[in-house]
Amino acid sequence: MSLDRKVAIVDLTTGKIDIKPIPLEVRKQFLGGRGLAAYLLYKHSKPGCDPLSPDNAVIFSAGILGGMCASAGARTDVMTKNPLTGLLGSGNFGGFFAPELRWAGFDHIVVKGKAAKPVYIFVHDGEVEIKDAKNLWGKSVTEAQWAVREELGDPDVKCAVCGPAGENLVRYANVMSGIKNANGRSGGGCTMGSKNLKMIAARGTMDIKIAHPMEALEFDKRYIEQITSAKVNQTMGTLGTPFIWGATNSWGGVRTNNFEYNQLTYCDEIEPENIDEWSKKSIGSEYNMTGCFGCQVHCRAKYKIPDTPLARKWGVVGNYDEGPEYTSQGAFCGEPGCTHLDTLLIGNHLVDQYGVDNLEIGSTISWAMELYEHGILTSKDTDGIDLRFGNDDAVIEMVHHICKRDTKLGDILAEGGIKASEKIGKDSFKYLIHMKGMQNLHSDERATPALALNLALASRGSDHLRSRPAIDLYHLPVPVMRAIYSSPVAYDGPLSSDHTEYIGKPWQVVWHENCYMAVDMLGTCKYHTTFLGATLPNFEDWSKVLYYNVGLELSPKDIWDIAERGNMVERLFNIREGMKKDDPYKGEILAERYFTEPCKRGAPDVIGKTIDKNKFLEMRALFYKYKGLDENGVPTPESVKKYGLENLDKEPSRI
Amino acid sequence: MEAKAIVVNHEKCTGCRRCELVCSVFHDGVSNPSKSRIKVEKWEWEGLYIPMTCRQCVDAPCLNVCPVKAIYRDEAEGRVHVDHDICIGCRSCVAVCPFGAMNFNPVEKKVFKCDLCHGDPQCVRFCDMKAVDFITPSRESLNKKRDAALKISEARKLGATIQYEGL
Repeated sequence: MSLDRKVAIVDLTTGKIDIKPIPLEVRKQFLGGRGLAAYLLYKHSKPGCDPLSPDNAVIFSAGILGGMCASAGARTDVMTKNPLTGLLGSGNFGGFFAPELRWAGFDHIVVKGKAAKPVYIFVHDGEVEIKDAKNLWGKSVTEAQWAVREELGDPDVKCAVCGPAGENLVRYANVMSGIKNANGRSGGGCTMGSKNLKMIAARGTMDIKIAHPMEALEFDKRYIEQITSAKVNQTMGTLGTPFIWGATNSWGGVRTNNFEYNQLTYCDEIEPENIDEWSKKSIGSEYNMTGCFGCQVHCRAKYKIPDTPLARKWGVVGNYDEGPEYTSQGAFCGEPGCTHLDTLLIGNHLVDQYGVDNLEIGSTISWAMELYEHGILTSKDTDGIDLRFGNDDAVIEMVHHICKRDTKLGDILAEGGIKASEKIGKDSFKYLIHMKGMQNLHSDERATPALALNLALASRGSDHLRSRPAIDLYHLPVPVMRAIYSSPVAYDGPLSSDHTEYIGKPWQVVWHENCYMAVDMLGTCKYHTTFLGATLPNFEDWSKVLYYNVGLELSPKDIWDIAERGNMVERLFNIREGMKKDDPYKGEILAERYFTEPCKRGAPDVIGKTIDKNKFLEMRALFYKYKGLDENGVPTPESVKKYGLENLDKEPSRI
Repeated sequence: MEAKAIVVNHEKCTGCRRCELVCSVFHDGVSNPSKSRIKVEKWEWEGLYIPMTCRQCVDAPCLNVCPVKAIYRDEAEGRVHVDHDICIGCRSCVAVCPFGAMNFNPVEKKVFKCDLCHGDPQCVRFCDMKAVDFITPSRESLNKKRDAALKISEARKLGATIQYEGL
């Protein structure tokens, strides 16, 4: 059954492997996935440790519904103290790793210490082995996976891999799986590299017993229909996430030239329909979409890189990859001001192969471009690379240099924005669009206070997948919003359909924060909940899906409380590691430019907009109040007690 | 009446393996692809996925090879079926199946194969893409004719010349 999956605690320094069950009361407190991972990270990483030291932990987690009848129980969470931010690092990838990990008998693999030489961990049918990775080290993300399958003699092995970027300790290196499943925004790949850990390889043939199999199947059928009948998911199932670009860029919600503008012009080549046309042409008559385990949305396109001068220069003509996602459109086109399809497809392919965060590397290069335009960086610093906005070749070249750390600037930028700004000096820091030391994705939130608030409060740094109320952009009628946001806990405060408003938004961010934490505990996809579509499942439906699959009887309100507890542990971790609300480096505050530079482009409800700092601070204060935090964003003793976390620091780890 | 069969259109397969999940849940009450009767074979580096399952062969090698006659044709359900009361677990059927569609459960020490879920194959029911479908072979060839004709029609519209090499 789902509840009998184990936790393996692997110390790479000593080679000791502890396999432990997950006590039921811990399950009821944290469910699994990201929630339980937060507890494990809190207990298994040394407070205040250097993220690249053996004292840090990196934790691979499957959700409690991984591999089960829950539309798509496909997601893996990787958590660590982020080498980029020094705070919580957590990312989530789809594909097939989490189900395989569960069939191998495990829900969580906690890795501590540091191996003397490169190793990988092989998890199979209840057993965990540390194996020599000398044949894998140095290999690209996909090469390493095909090589380990060859070595183990099993083509069905699934992997969570550290790519060359992680080996080179690029601070925003990803953990990768399959062709392009990317555990972004966590720095997990860098932590793996620092531990000499190349990959976790999993293969399992063990049953996950379904509590009520026939009911689970029937419920899942309806659940899937609810998910696939949403127009947003049908569009995603044909064009993939790039469809979002069509809406946001035309409206003025994409930051371009780092942060100079909020809309990319003359960029027909990278419109979703054009990407789709090239995808079909390059793959041929057998073209179709692909996706993650069990999923009927299948939001992932396939493509081969076109034969262009840029592709020839970098030797990638005809290479196969998947995506690109909306984030790559931003990272390789919007932010650096490039408009060409080949740049997008090559950039996307390179980050998949190096195993590095597309958003962070795109943002970092674009930030460097803005510094170059302002003369803060010169051609002497760039080794002659002409880092002007819109220079496609320079963007691709910098991706290589950062991942290989083979030039002075590449090496500096591999350290991440804040550390790089200390080395570059002058007023380079003020151009950095970051929150908590992580650069923002490519969206521009100056016209959307709710989304801006989410960025500042996201537990892993500037990010949309922790609490973004994306449906705030849909101008839903207030009664519809009321129906969504008053369940499973009552809310009778204000709500506004206007995305430029500040009222009612803090509660929306609270609601989405718990919603997304719950999804990440279950190990399902955010596209299958109230993220991009208002009609998609949430707490009410999860109560049923958990009962049929796992046998746990939890009310929607119980799930809400568990999610709140998970979020509180993440917050307590960040506070332990030095987060202070107004700290410009590690605080819950927007980069200053959000308050001072008005949007220069876009629709009438966007152009001229900035975030009003006072109103922003009022929103933040209200968020703290709703969450049971004091005025500094620290959980009050009553809140800590309410969620049973009063002994979190003192108690020995319960797992 | 012509019996329906499971037909695979691999070019429609997204590789999600939902068929493997629902097969093991329906038959064994567990999520476990190693107990699934259907398996999606993958060539991830080119995005190619091919679901493999029993074809319920007309002249079935598994049935022919079985030394104890444990495998028989169930005409009513259009399937080749294993009688586990007779089966001795020699796995000759596993060895001769040209598609790898006969499986062996090493714990229960039993062979197992697709039984068409008593007329409502769950893999088909849950595959929104219709990469696996449950239709009569006659319908399958009619569909294929239509699809091929459509391609010719589209090619004609583009003014392309079709080369029938070797015909």
